[in-house]
Amino acid sequence: MNWVWIGSNLGLIGGRILEHLALTAPPIVIGLVLSIPLGYAASRSKVARSILLSVGGILYTIPSIALLVLVPVVLGLAILDPLNLVFALTIYAVAIMVRSAADAFASVPKDVLASATAIGFSRRQRFFVVELPLAVPLLLAGIRVVSVSTVSIASVGALIGIEQLGTFFVDAFQRSFPTEAIVGMVCVLAVAAIYDIILSRTGRALTPWSRKQAVASPRMYTADKVAAL
Amino acid sequence: MNLFGDAFAWIFDPAHWAGGPDVSGHVLEHLGVSGVCVLIAVAIALPIGIAIGHTGKGRGAAILISNVARALPTLGLLSILILLTGIGVLPIVIVLVILAIPPMLAGAYAGVESVDRQTIDAARALGMTEWQIIARVEIPLALPLLLGGLRATALQVIATLGIASAFAFGGLGIYLINGLATRDFVQLLAGAILITALALVVDGVLAVAQRFVVPRGVALGRTDLNGPPNRTRARRPRALQEGMQS
Repeated sequence: MNWVWIGSNLGLIGGRILEHLALTAPPIVIGLVLSIPLGYAASRSKVARSILLSVGGILYTIPSIALLVLVPVVLGLAILDPLNLVFALTIYAVAIMVRSAADAFASVPKDVLASATAIGFSRRQRFFVVELPLAVPLLLAGIRVVSVSTVSIASVGALIGIEQLGTFFVDAFQRSFPTEAIVGMVCVLAVAAIYDIILSRTGRALTPWSRKQAVASPRMYTADKVAAL
Repeated sequence: MNLFGDAFAWIFDPAHWAGGPDVSGHVLEHLGVSGVCVLIAVAIALPIGIAIGHTGKGRGAAILISNVARALPTLGLLSILILLTGIGVLPIVIVLVILAIPPMLAGAYAGVESVDRQTIDAARALGMTEWQIIARVEIPLALPLLLGGLRATALQVIATLGIASAFAFGGLGIYLINGLATRDFVQLLAGAILITALALVVDGVLAVAQRFVVPRGVALGRTDLNGPPNRTRARRPRALQEGMQS
């Protein structure tokens, strides 16, 4: 480890952390927002479920380096445009999240839905007041998986010249300077940890009941286990 | 969209199929190295995963490993290991195996763990030994999730090998790296199409295999693997297999 290099390049390191955050936050948020209606549709209809999950599976199968090249050609963007990375990561995020969201909405017990309808909730009310809150634990588990893999995959963008933490890996190899690669690795893991802490805190704030009943309710227990995975 | 036409023309241009390292050579190289890495990873992770699933011990460690592995950027791991060990196929194989073990481990232990406890108790009550229970009850019933783990593993390896071309390895990523270096967008796109096609074909073959290995007794109970949303047991571990690609 070359500590002098780290000391004299703190500005560069901080800047790339910020770039990494700026490139990965939109895909995570957009992935979550898009997956809620898509996942809800998939939980309501078998046809929608099989179509959405198949398309998601195929998109997810495309290797990242290839997707980074395919996106600009399909969208007509310049090949070095950072937006390519944001689009590619969003595609992966939605592809993973649709399944989690579909499972999350499917996990809401049928009798709870029937009760909500019976006491006069409209479908809209029922969705926002009953189904969405009850889906939060599994949605959260999904988005935590998405955030970690998004932060990790984003570094591949360095290969097509999009500057962020991954650039340290490419530069380190070209200059035979391992310190740089180790710095990049530590920073990527730190960024992933930051997202994970923010998301799990948010999730706990959104589901105050899960803290009190974590042991009593088997469903919440399962959701926590999935989050732990 | 015309670029796509050019890219396909490039792929099927006879000049790229004859003499020297050609398209078919790179496809075979990519498949061969991926295959070796997957085999090594299976040889290491499968017994461990089955042992964890059977005994229930070491589950926490397995979850930790797959979490950390998901967070590790493949590009960084490749860069660090190659700087430490030098350029060559061996460090690339080592990195690929390291990355391939967690999804296979997850598939193996989740598969065995998902087997109904009552079924295992019934087998034990019938007088089966522990080895018989593993070989005749747990593994057959775990096969769909096991192969799910294998699919995730194969995808992970194929995708990461595409990145490895940036570190002086051949394979299909070479067209991407060369295309980028020379601003030859047709070659770049051709490389992307080839890698995507390879990943989709391998995944498709394994997906078909996954449908065929479901034991008949199980298939009668649930016909659709992506099944109706009232199954909770076997679906739970899927979260493990998702999100593990480079």
